[in-house]
Amino acid sequence: MSMNSEALQELIAGRFPDARGRFGPFGGRYVPETLIPALERLTEGVQAHLHDTEFRQTLGSELATWAGRPTALTYAGRLSAAWGAHIWLKREDLAHTGAHKINNALGQALLAQRLGARRIVAETGAGQHGVASAAACARLGLPCTVYMGAIDMERQAPNVGRMRLLGAQVVPVTGGDRTLRAAIDEALRDWVSDPLGTYYLLGSAVGPHPYPYLVRELQAVIGREARTQYQQAAGRLPDAVIACVGGGSNAIGMFHAFVPDRGVEIIGIEAGGRGAMLGGNAATLSFGRPGVLHGSYSMLLQDADGQIQETHSVSAGLDYPGVGPEHALLAHSGRVRYETAGDEESLAAVRALCEFEGILPALESAHALAGARRWAHAHAGGTVLVCLSGRGDKDMPTFQQTLLAERP
Amino acid sequence: MSAHERISAAIRTASADGDPALVAYLTAGFPSRERFRTDLRRIAGAADVVEIGVPFTDPMADGVTIQRSSRAALEQGVSLRWILAELEAIRPRLATPLLLMSYLNPLLAFGIESLAAAAERAGVTGFIVPDLPFDEGDAVHAALTARGLALVQMVTPVTSQERLARICARGQGFVYAVTITGTTGRNTGVAANVTQYLDIVRQHANVPVCAGFGIRGREQLEQLRGHVDGVVIGSALVELLEQGGDPAQWLQSLRSTRP
Repeated sequence: MSMNSEALQELIAGRFPDARGRFGPFGGRYVPETLIPALERLTEGVQAHLHDTEFRQTLGSELATWAGRPTALTYAGRLSAAWGAHIWLKREDLAHTGAHKINNALGQALLAQRLGARRIVAETGAGQHGVASAAACARLGLPCTVYMGAIDMERQAPNVGRMRLLGAQVVPVTGGDRTLRAAIDEALRDWVSDPLGTYYLLGSAVGPHPYPYLVRELQAVIGREARTQYQQAAGRLPDAVIACVGGGSNAIGMFHAFVPDRGVEIIGIEAGGRGAMLGGNAATLSFGRPGVLHGSYSMLLQDADGQIQETHSVSAGLDYPGVGPEHALLAHSGRVRYETAGDEESLAAVRALCEFEGILPALESAHALAGARRWAHAHAGGTVLVCLSGRGDKDMPTFQQTLLAERP
Repeated sequence: MSAHERISAAIRTASADGDPALVAYLTAGFPSRERFRTDLRRIAGAADVVEIGVPFTDPMADGVTIQRSSRAALEQGVSLRWILAELEAIRPRLATPLLLMSYLNPLLAFGIESLAAAAERAGVTGFIVPDLPFDEGDAVHAALTARGLALVQMVTPVTSQERLARICARGQGFVYAVTITGTTGRNTGVAANVTQYLDIVRQHANVPVCAGFGIRGREQLEQLRGHVDGVVIGSALVELLEQGGDPAQWLQSLRSTRP
């Protein structure tokens, strides 16, 4: 049996991560020694609480009565007619605070409370995780500090105000590349300064063990709901499932339930930006090589000397040079195919969803839609389920400069 | 004597009078590439061990000073390959043991096996890798040990006793005892419980123990006297170089004036 098919068997059997926090060769825990006790305590906390009945009941009740779950499954009839295949949307844009990020933020904030954390720190790129963290912390009465790159604060200005209204302290990050990656560096530095009193509420399926596992477990509700809803609506499974991938949290949440369904094609869409040239995109699995960043061994956009590369995407939430270790394994095993969608085709997908379905998608989610459009053209009459991970209100500054600038 | 034994011996000899040995840090190629060999020679002449920082784009364990020096060095095109070539070109070889301090990814990109060979050729005696904890370090440790090079282990005030014992058992060169929870370069005094912690580390370690993170002046060295074998001077020295100060003179001023 080849290594890939072996990895695939184990993926389907749900054997990852292993006891050392590995997804095959990927994952692990590459952090300064100061953080090891905090990660060990978090791992024990995850084992003790995450699948405990009381915790599940509290989380389930908060998700239902405060966060608006289950989110709807929408058949996009006019879009389907235009693109030539049946397109279904899992509506994470309808979740409280406007994106899937709330599933993870709420779950981790509840966990932090049980671990006796005095304060929460979080990083944010597009601002969606920051807003979700601020909201969850307000709900539970925990102080919250959010690190955000200075460039992202500008392009996602509406979310900065939302976080502040929700009681979070937003700290601009002016070092490094001034986007998500620098915000994670800064959140880690904050955490290193008080590893036992502070809880680091990481927003994507990246970072040292147990974060990639913890985030997947909290986001897996997306795929579980969607799979059941789709079966109830269509009496079968879809031909394909598509989600956008930056760090990869909405995608891992959507994909997890479908990994054992070998007849379902799974496709992740990365940010193709302006193209394949160096620094022109954020498509880690398409153009990266393995390495270590932010605590785990995964695929990375890096130069020959191992320095992390600057990335570009019109979407702040996908503008990240790494990717979650489980996605690296899913790519390696061949179970998920990763493609790219560029800035232009994603903006075009925003326009299409607005025009045909009356839904303004987040720029991140528009990448998944652009991938679905391409899939539809190659599979006329097929059925594809798209994770619409968030709503586009936060992207108005970018839309003003692009879609709205073109139109008087 | 193997390379890692040279590090331990240098620290032991220097601290024989009870005054901590000086482990001095500089970011390679900072403030300028042209000055690297000159700065290194001057610092090596005044310190007992030198740590050469390999710049990285995402130095998550470092404070503002080393973030700034790393970025400036990268902007000048400093790379691990360049550093090793510069070190190899130094003739005669410096008597002071040289260590490379690097985040893991530049080392992985170089290739761990070829790195050990290249480091040996360049006269490097060991490595400090702040984002490679003990549990993930087997492959790097094996490759370095095969050539007698040290993989310096770090411990912190929040490391459990049981883990401390396991880490210290693998110590080579010296054990790097981080004195604060936080990033490098913070200006803090020496808390009473820090000397207690350092005493415990020393009980477990078979090699010298050096304290680091936030050590800036003679006063702290006095407080640490008798509790460590050496101290790591990092951000303060980088700032001195940045301001055009004389590193040799300043390092000398940190030494005890006792007879």
